[in-house]
Amino acid sequence: MSAALRTAGLSKRFGGLSAVSDVSLEIPQGARHALIGPNGAGKTTLINLLTGVLEPSAGDVFLGGERITALPQHLRVKKGLTRTFQINTLFPGLTVLESVVLAILERKGLAARWMRPVSSHRAEIGEATELLATFKLDRDAQRRTAELAYGRQRLVEIALALATRPKILLLDEPAAGIPSSESVEVLGVIAALPADVTVLFIEHDMGLVFRFAERITVLVAGRVLMEGTPEEVARNDEVKAVYLGREAHG
Amino acid sequence: MLGVLFDGIAYGSLLFLVSLGLSVTMGLMNFVNLAHGAFAMAGGYVCVIAMTRFGVPFLATLPIAFVVTAIVGAVLERLLYRRLYGASHLDQVLFSIGLTFMSIAAATYFFGSSQQPMRLPEFLRGQVHLGGVDFGIYRLFLVAVVAALTAVLGFLLARTRFGAQVRASVDNAQAARGLGIDVDRVFSVAFALGSGLAGLGGALGIEVLGLDSSFPLKFMVYFLLVVAVGGAGTVKGPLVAALLLGVLDVAGKYYVPQVGAFVIYAAMVILLIAFPAGLFGRRR
Amino acid sequence: MSALRGGRLIEVAFWLVPLAAFLLLPGYLMLGSQILIVALFALSLDLILGYAGIVSLGHAAFFGLGAYAAGLLAAKGWGEPLSGLLAGGVIAALAGFVASFLVVRGEDLARLMVTLGIGLLLYEAANRAAFLTGGVDGLSGVAMGKIFGVFAFDIGGKTAYLYSFAVLLLVFIFLKRLTSSPFGLSLRGIRENPARMPAIGSPVRARLVTAYTIGAAIAGIAGALLAQTTQFVGLDSLGFNRSAELLIMLVLGGTGRLYGAIVGAAVFMIAQDYLSGVNPVYWQFWLGLLLVVFVFFARGGILGAVEAAAKRLGRSSQERAR
Ligand SMILES: Nc1ncnc2c1ncn2[C@@H]1O[C@H](COP(=O)(O)OP(=O)(O)O)[C@@H](O)[C@H]1O
Ligand SMILES: [Mg+2]
Repeated sequence: MSAALRTAGLSKRFGGLSAVSDVSLEIPQGARHALIGPNGAGKTTLINLLTGVLEPSAGDVFLGGERITALPQHLRVKKGLTRTFQINTLFPGLTVLESVVLAILERKGLAARWMRPVSSHRAEIGEATELLATFKLDRDAQRRTAELAYGRQRLVEIALALATRPKILLLDEPAAGIPSSESVEVLGVIAALPADVTVLFIEHDMGLVFRFAERITVLVAGRVLMEGTPEEVARNDEVKAVYLGREAHG
Repeated sequence: MLGVLFDGIAYGSLLFLVSLGLSVTMGLMNFVNLAHGAFAMAGGYVCVIAMTRFGVPFLATLPIAFVVTAIVGAVLERLLYRRLYGASHLDQVLFSIGLTFMSIAAATYFFGSSQQPMRLPEFLRGQVHLGGVDFGIYRLFLVAVVAALTAVLGFLLARTRFGAQVRASVDNAQAARGLGIDVDRVFSVAFALGSGLAGLGGALGIEVLGLDSSFPLKFMVYFLLVVAVGGAGTVKGPLVAALLLGVLDVAGKYYVPQVGAFVIYAAMVILLIAFPAGLFGRRR
Repeated sequence: MSALRGGRLIEVAFWLVPLAAFLLLPGYLMLGSQILIVALFALSLDLILGYAGIVSLGHAAFFGLGAYAAGLLAAKGWGEPLSGLLAGGVIAALAGFVASFLVVRGEDLARLMVTLGIGLLLYEAANRAAFLTGGVDGLSGVAMGKIFGVFAFDIGGKTAYLYSFAVLLLVFIFLKRLTSSPFGLSLRGIRENPARMPAIGSPVRARLVTAYTIGAAIAGIAGALLAQTTQFVGLDSLGFNRSAELLIMLVLGGTGRLYGAIVGAAVFMIAQDYLSGVNPVYWQFWLGLLLVVFVFFARGGILGAVEAAAKRLGRSSQERAR
């Protein structure tokens, strides 16, 4: 069986800077895979390449064996590849409920319709309400997203991604900017996703990484330094030197 | 043929002079300033007033026009523009349309809506024959002035500390801030300088572009176009774009007068389609 | 629930105002029709700018196209109003569809330039094609037939007024539907964050193309309506000033609310009628000043201010109840 998500020699240059160089990953279905590396290692850029926000300078992206390198962003989402953003990328003027309903309508292919008002789409509103409840966001459902505190908005960020019912979920530092007590909860929701959903997540908190990841890829200066189980990564001296060492300082 | 080309170049030099400030505003602060033509108009009126009311000779009015509009620009930047740097483009558009309307109304109120008379000094009038072609002396003068200014600006931008700061700020304002460059101050100075150049262009341009109170709207699109096509934040881009547009416009009006300004607008749309980031634009 | 019914009541009352004006102010029907038509035009921009978030400086292009299409039809002998109206809308929609591909790519600045460029291009084209459009003199000889073959356009402008009112109301109802639908929600999503939309699976360009085309069609209908009711088309129907003023009245009334477009158009047109009658130079100056002040202090527009006041009132009455 082919991997759920695979890259071959993926590279991205910004002018003279090689943000991602020759990255070949293979992530099996149902994986809980962490991507770690110091700031500026190219993690976010890699996600941008996987999701089609950026065009690669070289290399390819495969989704379940199908080459999707040139597929536009929204069609990748339709194929089940969804991401969240490191910095909240939300709809400030829409209510939380509206935002999630919008994502559900898009998933169901109903968002181009114009005959019936949104308010009569009971099924979608019901689904959105349930989803918000799992994040304890039901109280905020009717508030404009901009009115929520950053940490609460962080939850909306993830709820929006889940509303697309991803087969593969890419999370860019999902716990960044929320108190560590809650970050365990957030990753808990993600860990509780159906076992066939593939999760690739970027995270700086090593505690969380070791707790939730089955495998880890370490990215340094755009290149894959190593890939392995948490134990292997923890034992690797090179990783300790370039990454964990720096983490201890920062 | 050569004559048309030359007229186009003279016209393009003027467009370049006026537009350069706009390219800084758009490139550096990503600010859509539809009111830029108002600074050129102001320079034109300063020149006319200085000449007709105070008897200042034409050449002496040019630095006055530059200084007065630079000061006006600096004041407006401090009081108003600065507060809208982070605002939406819609806000910037509305604000600068408002400013344009006010400037037009004010100009009409004080000077009427008719064309302003312009009497060039004797030595700038007439033609010279060179290789069988007639060149207007004033246009030669215009090209020479703009060429000299371009050289000075090029030097300023390439060789001085201030120039380095401008280039760094246009390239990446955030990184420039990180390097300790006071981007806001750089922009204030650049804005004043750009306004001054526009004013100078307005004064020099009375003979070529004319001057009346509708000036800011009439030429708005040309200035915007120079920036859109030439890309922002360099001297070369707007220069090439302005010369290109100048020649195209003059040639269009000369060879196919029936379609007139159509040529330039069609060229504009085509150029924008072909080069969405400008001829020399960098993609962000 | 009662709030909903209250909202409905206010809406009904709102639409009674132009009808009351018809009965009470027979001397102002000309101005009245103009307001209704401009309100329709402003609605079309509200869909594009207020909902989808596209800043346009050349929306008059579609208005003018619709006006010339309907005007030319009538001047060449096809005076049936409803088909003329439809023709104006269809021509503008076609142009809008083609233009939308340019507008939809690129960022704000490129969009501004493209919309501006298209507007100027059409203006210049109409100016030069004097054999067809009458050039600067405008297109005259627009002879209109009867609406439904029954209602002739009268000198007093009664038919024109009611005709404009009916078209405005119908388009408004359509837009109300459109904007409260999933499609409308997705446009608001694009306005609020065009970067997130593709990440939830939304084909942003396709949505914008649709919205832009609909907006152009409605602008064309408004233009056609003006041509038919005034039986004249001037070059200014395509001009930059018209685009700029449209932007001003929409923002003045409040964007993204539909009603803001209508209120803004009415306030603007009435103020212009009074003030520019006094002195057009002053009018332009105050308009400019108003814009500047407005950008700094009152971005919600008239309806935004009303809403904020209502919210404050509601909150204080709630507090009193507690
Ligand atoms: N759009 C861009 N243009 C230019 N450089 C970029 C861009 N995006 C990222 N970079 C650069 O690429 C490098 C990797 O960035 P990023 O992928 O955000 O790292 P990480 O997410 O691992 O912290 C950084 O040096 C960053 O400055
Ligand atoms: Mg990152």
